[in-house]
Amino acid sequence: MKERSERSRIYLDITVRLFSAFSALFGLVILIWILTVVILRGISAINWEFFTELPTPPGMGGGGLANAILGTVIITVVATFISVPFGLLAGVYLSEFGGQSKFAQNVRFLTNILMGTPSIIIGIFVYTMLVRPFGHFSGYAGSVALAILMFPLVTRTTEDILQLVPNALRESALALGMPRWKVTINVVFRAAKKGLITGIILSVARISGETAPLLFTALNSPYWPTNFTDSTANLTVTIFNYAMSPYEDWQKAAWGASFLITFAVLITTLMVRYLVREKHGK
Amino acid sequence: MKLLLEPSTQTRNDGIFRLLTIVAASFILLIMILLFIELLSNSWLSLEKFGLQFLLTNVWDPVRQEFGALSSLYGTLVSTLIAMLIAVPLSLVIALFLVEMAPPMVSKFFGMAIELLAAIPSIIYGMWGLFVLAPLMAKYVQPFLQKISGNLFLFKGPPMGIGMFTAGIILAIMVLPFISSVMREVFLMVPNVVKESAVGMGATTWEMVKVMVRYGIQGMIGATFIGLSRAIGETMAVTFVIGNSHSISTSLFAPANSITATLANEFTEASEPVYLSALVELGLLLFVVTFIIQMVSQLWLKRVQKRMGVQ
Amino acid sequence: MENEMVIEKTKATDTQTLGKISVRNLNFYYGEHQALFNNNLEIEPKKVTAIIGPSGCGKSTHLRVYNRIYELYRDQRAEGEVLLDGENILSERTDLIKLRKRVGMIFQQPTPFPMSVFDNVAYGLRLHYKLSKSELTGRVEEALKRAALWDEVSGKLHKPGTALSGGQQQRLCIARAIAVEPEILLMDEPTSAIDPIATAKIEELVESLKDRYTIVVVTHNMQQAARISDYTAFFYKGFIVEYGETKQIFTNPKKKETENYITGRFG
Repeated sequence: MKERSERSRIYLDITVRLFSAFSALFGLVILIWILTVVILRGISAINWEFFTELPTPPGMGGGGLANAILGTVIITVVATFISVPFGLLAGVYLSEFGGQSKFAQNVRFLTNILMGTPSIIIGIFVYTMLVRPFGHFSGYAGSVALAILMFPLVTRTTEDILQLVPNALRESALALGMPRWKVTINVVFRAAKKGLITGIILSVARISGETAPLLFTALNSPYWPTNFTDSTANLTVTIFNYAMSPYEDWQKAAWGASFLITFAVLITTLMVRYLVREKHGK
Repeated sequence: MKLLLEPSTQTRNDGIFRLLTIVAASFILLIMILLFIELLSNSWLSLEKFGLQFLLTNVWDPVRQEFGALSSLYGTLVSTLIAMLIAVPLSLVIALFLVEMAPPMVSKFFGMAIELLAAIPSIIYGMWGLFVLAPLMAKYVQPFLQKISGNLFLFKGPPMGIGMFTAGIILAIMVLPFISSVMREVFLMVPNVVKESAVGMGATTWEMVKVMVRYGIQGMIGATFIGLSRAIGETMAVTFVIGNSHSISTSLFAPANSITATLANEFTEASEPVYLSALVELGLLLFVVTFIIQMVSQLWLKRVQKRMGVQ
Repeated sequence: MENEMVIEKTKATDTQTLGKISVRNLNFYYGEHQALFNNNLEIEPKKVTAIIGPSGCGKSTHLRVYNRIYELYRDQRAEGEVLLDGENILSERTDLIKLRKRVGMIFQQPTPFPMSVFDNVAYGLRLHYKLSKSELTGRVEEALKRAALWDEVSGKLHKPGTALSGGQQQRLCIARAIAVEPEILLMDEPTSAIDPIATAKIEELVESLKDRYTIVVVTHNMQQAARISDYTAFFYKGFIVEYGETKQIFTNPKKKETENYITGRFG
């Protein structure tokens, strides 16, 4: 019998090990690369005016993106207020009432599918529902688009988190004669409070960086977001418009906005994850 | 006795609460149904006018109101294919590194880094792609590929750094975290005894991993599907770098288009009903394709989990 | 107090003759936790040695040192000497591939790989050798015959290995292990997940493999140890309390703990 060279097998093994370590390193390098670029190019665009002034036409210098920052905050907050009640209730249904019923399984299935639906499609959908019939773009259409994206996220986390609450807790509360809705809100929600808040914050972080659903709904605006029924300024669409423009000062402002949104999202994500791990550690 | 049989207000409240949750859950169904109806009805004009030709011809003429989406379909297909060719093997070895090779601390650290990659908004990838990666592609990668391939048709053209290749690379980086996290779970699902039997036969780590891959191949296919659907639907990053040209070129470095990039660029400009309808039809197409991929991968992964759970 | 007493007993069993495997002062740790204490043992060549003891006594841990399979896990380590034909396998320079080629292992759960019956048996052969198709076929057939499985699977060599019954799967794993001609077969409770009839077949098989291989079996089933083994080591709380010919251990145990265990007073 001819023996296979053990040396070549070991070399192959080492090669694969090195390759896999390098690939992981590659992921890390890309992350650091993107963050460095965003910091280096973005931080120079950020100053006091950036947070307080309206944008200026190209070439004028000065100005800021205060309207877009405010607009993004408003659109996101409104989206959160629309989707959280629905998401929580739907999650409660799946976890507490639905079980393995046909209806619950279908809802679960479609929740996953909606989560994986490209966000630009939600943009088109809201455009056909809320923009075209009214004849104008609007901030609330943007909020609805983001809310539709957020809805399945909140539903899924709620179900997952409520599932972690031990049944004994539900049973002992019911045994005291508490009605089911009180058990859910006063006992189950309270036990799962941290996880629910974590899940909601992560969902907010996820949607606040979205661009595609806002392109055809909130659009963008150079003015203060005073009228929510008209085009509303926001950071991500501003980044898109400014980056694609040929003007250097606009591109610079786009980097400033990128810096803001990236670090807002990443720091929120990291902080929340860290808090969750802390909790699990104990 | 009578007291028990008479429903209390609390019990009635319970019913109301339960009903509320059912209504909220029904909204998911409602959204999906409305989504489909809206897309279908708003693309009806285009569906009627162009029929199957919409998928087979490459004309995109808003002036003469002639629309055939072949260039967008082609661009989506090719850029996604490039992304998957890069991302799947890379995700596999990254998952391998995280599960089998790295010490726990290192694994945790890298795992977090890759998780953060997933959290970066896609528009930031677009910015990075347009202002950092594209110039590099133009300056080094394309000339280099032209040189070693003897100016092969795939890499022909002036070095502008944009096109399907650059888009594919960015998509690969963006779907990497999703695919590798599922692959990681698949590796973790392989029972220790299987690994031990391979190693017990004198297998090296890599030879053991090959057995693990066979064991988890179905889960890995599911992971690939998930990444695929993400890549197909990704909009902003692609729009920044693909070049936005309705032409089909054999070169991967020529300006091209994708379904999502066409939508992002043209939707708000479409003033004519047929033009808008054609764009909505693109959206419908994207929706149907991703719906099918998602559905298949979900059912598939469920089956795999069941099978592996039993063993 | 009790521990010290047992250590003395362990020393007393240390024989001076060199076996196929000689274990010298073996200690084993899971992180901080010590699982084996000062084990000394001589495994006789071409004999069946059974390792018995209550669960958690370290018998599997001990066996898993012989092919250093424990190294798959980061926080496990062994100290001392395990000599295989006089060479210390715990040495840093030991070539693990060669070691595991010489020391095959069968696990508690049958672990057919997700491939065909044929490919399962050919797995180790393909890893270690370059073989022509006919050579490979011959060796696979031979291994299956020796594992007493050939008659049952010769018609379904290309069916998935996972489609066989539990007992067949375990014999498939034995065939896979012996295909590469190891010198030693380690069996870690090979019948605990298998029904009684299949167990009987595997016990028969062990008997027939004895003339070619040195076999070490960990078992929690005392009757099985008595039936199939020539030598028996009794483990308790990580110590080797008593080691000797199986007949002697079962009929005339020298130590109180051994007697208690085999008469079913604990464990």
